[in-house]
Amino acid sequence: MNNLDKWDWDTGIKQVADLSAWQEQFSYIEEFRASPDGESVAAIVKNEEMEFTVCRQDFGNDEPETWENGYDKVWNLRFGPDGRLSALVSDVGEWTVCTDDEAWENGYDFVWNMTIAPQDGTVAVSTQKELAYCAVNNDVPWQNSFSRLTDMVISPDAKNTAAVVETIPVLEGEIFKFRKGCYSVAVNGTPWKENFMNAWDPVFSANSSSVAATVRTSYKDYYIAVDGKTWNTSFDSAWAPLFSPAGNSVTAPVKKDGKWYLAKDGDLIWNTPYAQLWHHIYSADGKRIAAIVAPEFGKWTISVDNAPWQVTFSEYVSDPVFSPDGTSVACVFKEKGKWGIAVDGKVWKDRFDMAYPPVFSNDGMSVAAKVEMGGFYHYVLNGEILDSRYKSVEPPLFSHDSSKIMIRGLQLNDWKRDVVAINRRRI
Amino acid sequence: MYSHYEFVTGPFAWMAFLIFIFGSIYRFYSLYKLARKKDGAVFEYMDLKFALRSIGHWLTPFGSRSMKLNPSMTVVTFLFHISLFLVPIFVFGHVVLWKENFDISWFTLPNIVADIMTLIVICSCAFFLWRRIKLPEVRYLTTVGDYVILLIVAAPFITGFWAYHQFPGFAAITIIHIISGEIMLIAIPFTKLFHMFTFPFTRGYIGSEFGGIRMAKDW
Amino acid sequence: MTESNTVTPVKEIDDKGILKGVEQLTPEKIESTILQVLKDETGAKLKVYVDTCVHCAMCSEGCHFFLSMDRDPKYSPAAKVKQTLWEIIKKKGKVSPEFIKNAAVVAFTQCNLCKRCAMYCPFGIDIAYVISVMRRICHKLGVVPLYIQDTAHSHSVSMNQMWVKDDEWIDTLMWQEEEAQEDIENLRIPLDKEGADIFYSVIGPEPKFRAQLIYQAAVIMNAAGENWTMPSMPGWDNSDMCMYIGDYEMMERLKKEHFECAANLRAKRIVMGECGHAFRSVYDMGNRALGWRMPPVEVVHAIEYYNELFENKKIKIKHKFDRPVTLHDPCNIVRGRGLHEMSRNVVRATCETFIEMTPNREHNYCCSAGGGVINCGPPFKNARVASGKEKAQQLLAAKAKGAEVVIAPCHNCHGGLEDIIHSFGVDMELKFLGDIIYEILDLPEKEE
Ligand code: SF4
Ligand code: SF4
Repeated sequence: MNNLDKWDWDTGIKQVADLSAWQEQFSYIEEFRASPDGESVAAIVKNEEMEFTVCRQDFGNDEPETWENGYDKVWNLRFGPDGRLSALVSDVGEWTVCTDDEAWENGYDFVWNMTIAPQDGTVAVSTQKELAYCAVNNDVPWQNSFSRLTDMVISPDAKNTAAVVETIPVLEGEIFKFRKGCYSVAVNGTPWKENFMNAWDPVFSANSSSVAATVRTSYKDYYIAVDGKTWNTSFDSAWAPLFSPAGNSVTAPVKKDGKWYLAKDGDLIWNTPYAQLWHHIYSADGKRIAAIVAPEFGKWTISVDNAPWQVTFSEYVSDPVFSPDGTSVACVFKEKGKWGIAVDGKVWKDRFDMAYPPVFSNDGMSVAAKVEMGGFYHYVLNGEILDSRYKSVEPPLFSHDSSKIMIRGLQLNDWKRDVVAINRRRI
Repeated sequence: MYSHYEFVTGPFAWMAFLIFIFGSIYRFYSLYKLARKKDGAVFEYMDLKFALRSIGHWLTPFGSRSMKLNPSMTVVTFLFHISLFLVPIFVFGHVVLWKENFDISWFTLPNIVADIMTLIVICSCAFFLWRRIKLPEVRYLTTVGDYVILLIVAAPFITGFWAYHQFPGFAAITIIHIISGEIMLIAIPFTKLFHMFTFPFTRGYIGSEFGGIRMAKDW
Repeated sequence: MTESNTVTPVKEIDDKGILKGVEQLTPEKIESTILQVLKDETGAKLKVYVDTCVHCAMCSEGCHFFLSMDRDPKYSPAAKVKQTLWEIIKKKGKVSPEFIKNAAVVAFTQCNLCKRCAMYCPFGIDIAYVISVMRRICHKLGVVPLYIQDTAHSHSVSMNQMWVKDDEWIDTLMWQEEEAQEDIENLRIPLDKEGADIFYSVIGPEPKFRAQLIYQAAVIMNAAGENWTMPSMPGWDNSDMCMYIGDYEMMERLKKEHFECAANLRAKRIVMGECGHAFRSVYDMGNRALGWRMPPVEVVHAIEYYNELFENKKIKIKHKFDRPVTLHDPCNIVRGRGLHEMSRNVVRATCETFIEMTPNREHNYCCSAGGGVINCGPPFKNARVASGKEKAQQLLAAKAKGAEVVIAPCHNCHGGLEDIIHSFGVDMELKFLGDIIYEILDLPEKEE
């Protein structure tokens, strides 16, 4: 959820902040972040007492506003989808989360992996206190803690958290104990009954009721486990599983006899052997699946419903994304040291020093991406590079009706928000 | 009924050549197929330039540090391999046979040269034998098969030398000479003698790896 | 010299990973595991290597084990294959647990996978590859030295070699950042900075034992004015013991994590600390196992990076390091990436007197710690150090010419050389290139 509709979509530029004023005011400024609606910009700064704090400037305010509280350390500053600003802060060795200058009640010896639910901006973190580890969701810690916790994730409804935990403490050198299985997945603090040699990449189902993860029970046997129960078949290896957005079936890339396939609930559904297959994604209705694949060693592309694109790239393919209606797929690729964007197997002509994940408009007619060229950032829209260049820029945003694009970026010393009408035409 | 001589120079010779040729082709083909299936990446890294660069260095006497550290082995190996190749193909007695049977002929080695080269092969084999027995690191690796191969290689040259010089019993020895030569041909595809064919590939591969990816010399 | 006297058993070993692992073997398990590996995972390469080898022992001269152990034939490269894969192939996997025990000791502790022998074998047979196949078999049989097995387990749980927990990592970076602010005001170790030119990655032992190296790197990066970052999340560790034990599935997972960590942060290239085996993992083994012909994000070893700094005059030094130095060439970045001339450039740019060891460059001797051997830990330490005799003599020769300091731009080499220096009474000081650069770096005066 974001309030896309409620934002100001009138075309034109809004000057959000003149950063030269910031430069004068602060001796220390970290990277700037822009709010989703583009009307605010913020950064970690040092205040007059030389404490770390956060400064924010909203459109219409001439002055930047600094949080009242200063800290020994602030990091990981981020805007939530609702425009609230969160960061991890520490004071006299105690760490916690601070949202819009308001710290959580509970403090910890360390907090990290700040995860913001895309739905409502709920913040969850992994925490450690006196070497006990647990996840904390919106200032509410798990009932149980563990000797080790990794891979924390938050559910789509933002009400649950899951993480890989050490259920039986393993000391260094205890290799035989390790082999018996000392790890599992805990959901809201309750571990699955089953222990595994390892567990990785837990993921929630669309309705937030189930969790799947990749596990191995021995060096040779990799499974996908759903709510603790493994698939019937083991594989030589497996990458991260995903739930279908429709229903509760689970798919994952799996390795068999040296080749990769896509499996669903334990059975191969893509029977073509790939040299590599990972990062599969579903279309919104769950009917189509796309994945990054290497049909042969050293040749990379996107496969949609097991039909790989004709075009292949020699170095890297990443960030596949479906159009909202599920008919198109776009991705980033790298070839001969340069980056580019491809949509439905067609390659945009320009190459960049860096390309960021492509974004579809709601109607699927337009694709835009942030790219870097010669030290500046641009947007590329449907294959055409937009003129204006930025020192720093946020990812593109399309208006709900797909007729406009919002650019949030830094030009000279000005943070701007620019809404531009676009031609609806895909190249 | 064939005479012994007719048999070994007739059907048996045909068979030996056919086995040698088709056996080698088969070995190659099966290795290629296996490589395609299991080591696909190998082809990605093969690079003609670097393969030849490496092979070139290793076909040059003392072209590698390894050869410099083992001068006697280097000298013997080079002389041995050159002689081993040239003598059977260019010795007068063999070329005559080709002329008689197929009416084709080519350059021949002067007899004295062929004779010396034959001795080189024989002495080299003796040297290799000595290495196998005397040097602990070689002895440790040596198998019965290695002696057999040494024998297979030495035999045609010893018997050839014998026959050529008409030492006592040379008539029978000539037959043995022919058979031993044929055995050697037959053995090539199925024994370590096949290394003559795999050399360009193993060397070429490591040369490609070192040259193209590791950007280092391999000699 | 008969065909199957084959294996002289190793002296009794005291390693629970191997001993207990062997106890749990049955002939059936051995056979089926071996056949699976041979059939599914190896092909023409192994076959050609094994069939082509003419048992000439020319490779012996290539191996520092052989040279250091007074030319004991057991330690010649081909002899290690004889004690492992030849026998296994000949017997079609029908070998005894006792055989596996010996094979494991040979494969894990008597070969540094240094690939030097490939430069001495006329055929360029890659013994290191064959030994890796043996390690793979041992891994699948669960017969792996305890210490290195434990690090591989650590990798699988924490994505780093040293069981460093996610929070400990970040905490260490923040602590080093604070320390380095003593040198340079407002110095940052920027965490998770998107779009940086440099993603700096290190090996697990750095935050655990050698945190000052992170501090030094931060000072150098800052002095050079780099746009750089370090990740706060797993993927920061470029090391890889899974590669060395033959747990290739885990190696793949680790390298995926590492490369994607950099790629997701949109870093232009990965600069890594002075480590050799990690370089092998990201530049040779890991990327290939995942299907990448070359690393998907350019990987720049510290040596290459330092060389660039001096070539582009990005940093200034106060004066050259004034004690005479010699330079050790780490296998994985010399035979693995040809960085020997660059390391010499850096040494010349930073040190007044440079004394070569011989043989050098591609022909250097391994420190005897590489290939995961040092990671097999105390049970094998004495044997490992003994096989560094050849290296010790090289060092002593350089010392006789006046060298006081050994520069070894690799963590593993540091471990190995340290032990060699102590055990053989070499008495030289050991440094990273980064240590030297940090020491002579001309920093702007800090305002108090
Ligand atoms: S790879 Fe190195 S350690 Fe291993 S056998 Fe060859 S030379 Fe010896
Ligand atoms: S030098 Fe090569 S062919 Fe000779 S024994 Fe060693 S590995 Fe085999």
